[in-house]
Amino acid sequence: MRRYIIPVIILGIAFLAFWIDRPNVSPLDIKSLNIERDLKIHQGLDLKGGIHLVYEGDFSKIEEKDRDKAQQGIVNVIEKRINALGVAEPVVQKGQIGSQKTIIVELPGITETEEAIKMIGQTAQLTFLEQKDEKWTETGLTGANLKRADVEMNQQTGEPEVAIEFNEAGAKLFKDITERNLQKQVAIQLDQEVISAPTVQTVISEGKAVITGKFDIKEAKNLAISLTSGSLPVPIKLIEQRNISATLGPESVKKSLLAGILGILLVALFMIIHYKTPGILAVFALAIYSLIVLALFKLIPVTLTLAGMAGFILSIGMAVDANILIFERMKEEFRAGKTVGAAIEEGFKRAWLSIRDSNISSLITCLILIWLGSGLVRGFAITLSIGILVSLFSAIIITRTLLRLFVNNRMEKWIKI
Amino acid sequence: MNFLGSKKKWWFIISGLIILPGILSLIFWGLNFGIDFKGGTILELRINPPGGEARNKDLKTEEIKDILKPLNLPGLTIVLTGDKTVLIKTAPIEKETVDKEKETLKAKYNEIEEVRYESVGPVVGKDLRNKALWAVGLACLFIILYIAYAFRNIPRPYSSFKFGLSAVLALIHDILVVIGVFSIVGHFTGYEVDAYFITALLTVLGFSVHDTIVVFDRVRENLRRLPGADFEAVANESITQTLGRSISTSFTVILTLLALFLIGGQSIKPFILALLIGVTTGTYSSIFNATPLLVLWQRKKKEAM
Repeated sequence: MRRYIIPVIILGIAFLAFWIDRPNVSPLDIKSLNIERDLKIHQGLDLKGGIHLVYEGDFSKIEEKDRDKAQQGIVNVIEKRINALGVAEPVVQKGQIGSQKTIIVELPGITETEEAIKMIGQTAQLTFLEQKDEKWTETGLTGANLKRADVEMNQQTGEPEVAIEFNEAGAKLFKDITERNLQKQVAIQLDQEVISAPTVQTVISEGKAVITGKFDIKEAKNLAISLTSGSLPVPIKLIEQRNISATLGPESVKKSLLAGILGILLVALFMIIHYKTPGILAVFALAIYSLIVLALFKLIPVTLTLAGMAGFILSIGMAVDANILIFERMKEEFRAGKTVGAAIEEGFKRAWLSIRDSNISSLITCLILIWLGSGLVRGFAITLSIGILVSLFSAIIITRTLLRLFVNNRMEKWIKI
Repeated sequence: MNFLGSKKKWWFIISGLIILPGILSLIFWGLNFGIDFKGGTILELRINPPGGEARNKDLKTEEIKDILKPLNLPGLTIVLTGDKTVLIKTAPIEKETVDKEKETLKAKYNEIEEVRYESVGPVVGKDLRNKALWAVGLACLFIILYIAYAFRNIPRPYSSFKFGLSAVLALIHDILVVIGVFSIVGHFTGYEVDAYFITALLTVLGFSVHDTIVVFDRVRENLRRLPGADFEAVANESITQTLGRSISTSFTVILTLLALFLIGGQSIKPFILALLIGVTTGTYSSIFNATPLLVLWQRKKKEAM
């Protein structure tokens, strides 16, 4: 019985992988383990189109020890703003260029590029000013006191404006300000620029105000989103931008997929012609390998880019390498007079060291690429590493188990090595 | 078959001849770095000149250059990339200047459509250059260390460290071939290397060492099996025993790469080409550089003793 345990486990893994690989698989949601996966292949920017942005924060006014927190603060604010935009699968993460802290933003499938960039980059620091000795001075009421902001249409002028509502503390401050400045001007300043300076007509105690300015509906909407999501802790500057058009994506995917399938078929043909029965088993193991890798892409999940696809296809070429090393060694041992069974065991045992050492070398370079790389480069390195790891499993465990099954089942005489 | 002996110097001469043009090109022309490394902007536009289809052929780089002249764009280069598409490259400039660039062209050609826009700040480019050097350096160092560790049990007086060093010297040869080819290609076609190029280099590093390790592994095994045998004879025997599989393993990888190169997506072709060159020279250098180097080195040690 025992010798069937591993084949059954392999079969189980293959079926599980196949189940995950199905095109319309339902999402995975294991509440107890806090695992939630939509089990879709996530397409990278180069396949789907979109924008890749890198911002650099101006942390000069923030103490060294608080900079990490400020950077996280920027990420949180940008995330909120993007969520309000309704972009699917956005990426907002911290980055580093030299000693400079950066924020990387990826927005797949976005069309209104300019507006999005404007909104993300807006510091949105709102301050209320009053006049003291004929000079504008801060009142202490800022965007931090906001509860929410919405776009409204002015009843009389028909112009868009932003209606704001203060939180409790803000409402109290605002009441005091309006009391102090009755029939006087109060200024609303956004990012160091006064955008309106209305004259206070009555004391406002319910904590509501309206910002009018010369904005169109889009600008008003963006301002409302920026204000609601809070201001950025420090100003940020766009230092890298890549607009990737989606028009090339589908065609490239189709071509590369075709290339991949052709490559796999050629490799399979080579293996079968060159190694006969073990070759057929290796091709079978390769099929399971592909199922597992694809399932892992969906589970982890890995964002697939064009380079990532190349990494996957390359890893197939590398996956058979291990099998070639083993089979060649088997042939050698067989020629030296060992039985088929013994030759198989020796082949695996003796080829293992070179397989281990060569794949660890590849993994070392992959890890360096993952550490070094940004978006696209990292995608390639991640898919290649997954490929290498699974290929080790496929070459060592799956192929060996299949070969052993053959030997044990008295089909030995069919094995040609 | 005898691969070593007096033939060793010929393998080194052949390798030298292969990398020489590339090294000369690197010295005189350098590598053609793209905006990923230098910073700058790329704006690719589809332009429909007034007058419709018939006027396609009128789209000229000189004409576009003249139109953009008043903007005084730094480092301006213009390349026609298709029937109606043009690629405009500049040194790093402000977003407002890019907008002006588009407006100016729009005023002249009416219909323009943005196909691609990339802008990389100079700091970002410098950072990638640094990281690339670090990555290649670290990869070489770790591979030397790992091989030295993995081969630590080889019989005395042979040094496992020399296995690592020989392997990495062969890798450096492979990288030089790839960089050299791209230096020549860049000079004649204007192709610029990007972040993917570094990825390809590192992948070549990881992959080329495969074949080297297959031979070295057999040397390790044979040294144990035949204690006291001449190192060169053992090495030669090991190459003979593993030649078939070295070629087979590279063949399958080259097969998949060729399929990708010939029918895969356009944008990854240079990347695949770099891998193809690297994997091919990697196979050659594992057999004809790494092992002869190892023999030279280990023998010297023995003579000195």
